[in-house]
Amino acid sequence: MAIQLDARRVRSGESRPAGDGRDRLRRIGHSKTLIIMCLPAILFFLVFAYAPLPGSWIAFTNFNYHDGIFGSPFVGLRNFEFLAKSGQLWKLTRNTLLYNVAFIVLGNIVQIAVAIMLNEIRSKYFKKVSQAVMFLPYFISVVLVGVIAFNLLNYDTGALNALIERTGGDPIKIYSQAGLWPFIIVLFHLWQSTGYGSIVYFAAILSIDSTLFEAAAIDGASAWQRTRYVILPSLKPTFIILLLFSLGGIMRGNFGLFWNLVGNNATLYDTTDIIETSVYRMIISQNNFTTSTAVGLYQSLFGFALVMLCNWLVRRVNEDYALF
Amino acid sequence: MRSSDKSDYALRGVSYLVVTVFTIFCLLPFVLIVSASVSEESQIMEHGFGLLPRGFSLTAYEFIFKSPRQLIGSYVVTITMTVFGTAIGLLIIAMTGYALQRKDFPLRNGISFFIYFTTLFSAGLAPTYLWVARELGLRGNYLAVFLQLLMTPWLIILMKNFVRSVPNEITESGKVDGAGDFRIFLRLILPMMKPALATTGLFLALGYWNEWYLSSLYLGSTVEFKPLQYYLYNVINTANALKSSMAGNNVTVTQLPTNTLKMASAVVATGPIVLLYPFVQRYFVSGITVGAVKG
Repeated sequence: MAIQLDARRVRSGESRPAGDGRDRLRRIGHSKTLIIMCLPAILFFLVFAYAPLPGSWIAFTNFNYHDGIFGSPFVGLRNFEFLAKSGQLWKLTRNTLLYNVAFIVLGNIVQIAVAIMLNEIRSKYFKKVSQAVMFLPYFISVVLVGVIAFNLLNYDTGALNALIERTGGDPIKIYSQAGLWPFIIVLFHLWQSTGYGSIVYFAAILSIDSTLFEAAAIDGASAWQRTRYVILPSLKPTFIILLLFSLGGIMRGNFGLFWNLVGNNATLYDTTDIIETSVYRMIISQNNFTTSTAVGLYQSLFGFALVMLCNWLVRRVNEDYALF
Repeated sequence: MRSSDKSDYALRGVSYLVVTVFTIFCLLPFVLIVSASVSEESQIMEHGFGLLPRGFSLTAYEFIFKSPRQLIGSYVVTITMTVFGTAIGLLIIAMTGYALQRKDFPLRNGISFFIYFTTLFSAGLAPTYLWVARELGLRGNYLAVFLQLLMTPWLIILMKNFVRSVPNEITESGKVDGAGDFRIFLRLILPMMKPALATTGLFLALGYWNEWYLSSLYLGSTVEFKPLQYYLYNVINTANALKSSMAGNNVTVTQLPTNTLKMASAVVATGPIVLLYPFVQRYFVSGITVGAVKG
């Protein structure tokens, strides 16, 4: 992987125009067709990603439909002040970060473990079928994940409570116990993403030079030693790249999962509300565009700074792994 | 027996066990839902959902198929969007991916960054919503959903990585023969990229098929036929949706087998894609391994 990234750097280095400005202009003129081929995509990102950017101004106004985005009264940082004072901003940041840290740490551990175990399985058929089944949860919509949660967890007819009652226990009101939900959400996340994530690690294990394994076998390495000294070090580059990508998105949440598991259930907000869900709720049910824009802008800026910081750190450790 | 042999067997044994258990865990929820959908409502009310059907009854399915108007409409909307969205998105992504990896294209770094930057910094949901719904006037228009799902930066980068495996000589030979860039792309490159197109197309199709989020924002209740997953979302989350989608059945709400109906709706809305899954699964695997390395 590192080699591939290296090669890219060398190649893009070569492609940098050597001549003067006029030469460059001439070369651009020659690539008219290529520019046209990129045009639909450029237009797409211009319209749906860049054009909404100026709308972030709403975060500094007291927005109303009548005056529009730039006509509404300017209030400076008051929207942010309100968010910070109410404790809302802190709660959302804390939840978003903690969930993502749990997802990243547990996710990677489980994915690597599953990949190593898949690699130990000799039966081709068994491997193929189990891999396909583990991947299935990624394939379905989060709406169905919500249905599954309802089936398992609801108070009146949930499968879990049915089981508890059958064994003589008292049913639990799961949908009103905020303390349980971090576990539930993390479990559902792992359920949905492990098969998907382990594929990358599994491919990395398959690409390990087989002479390494042979040498380890000749030296009499145990299965544990083989895992510890051959497989895990070989997964390090993959792990670092994936980690960097996920750190860049650490301020973003898996909105669909959270919304379909929790939705508008206010008793759970303390432990389950993340930035995305609160912004969505503000727009859908309160028509509140000022606060939601302020939260969104805060998220974007914070996230952007984090990516830059991570990239800078990685660059210091090992330049090959840096994103840019 | 050497110690390394023993530990080999131990690890292998544990591996079989853990992988089997995890595989079953991935499958169980699907069993739960199907079982519940063919259960008797009264039994569910009394004993709750379980792994095996409680009693056996197809009442829920009968309810759904007695007035299938909503469901069929949703299927038509989703299938139409999926087919056209995948085809158009795929063409655009392939063109862009090809152009961006051409080493003789001077703007490739600039355009690549233009696309990549959108993953680093974006306008939040609120400004985007106002822009698309109000300024572009797409509230209540299927286009708001259709257009926004056409491509993602990630899919373009994925395609770029795929195209890289097509030898540069192909393009060169096309140039020697005097073919233009678009002709080279259409006649020489595209036919060589079938696996890449299959994988990318599948990700696109899945995005359209599973879409409920943009629909909830931009369509809400303004359209008669909601995209399939959004239809399911409403059936699950609002009692009224269940009632209205069963309208014409001349039943009062209390008569509706609510629990089994929800589960049967889930089966009907998800079944076809799960049946298709075994045939397309392998394309995903290749996509994930290639796409894991961005850049």
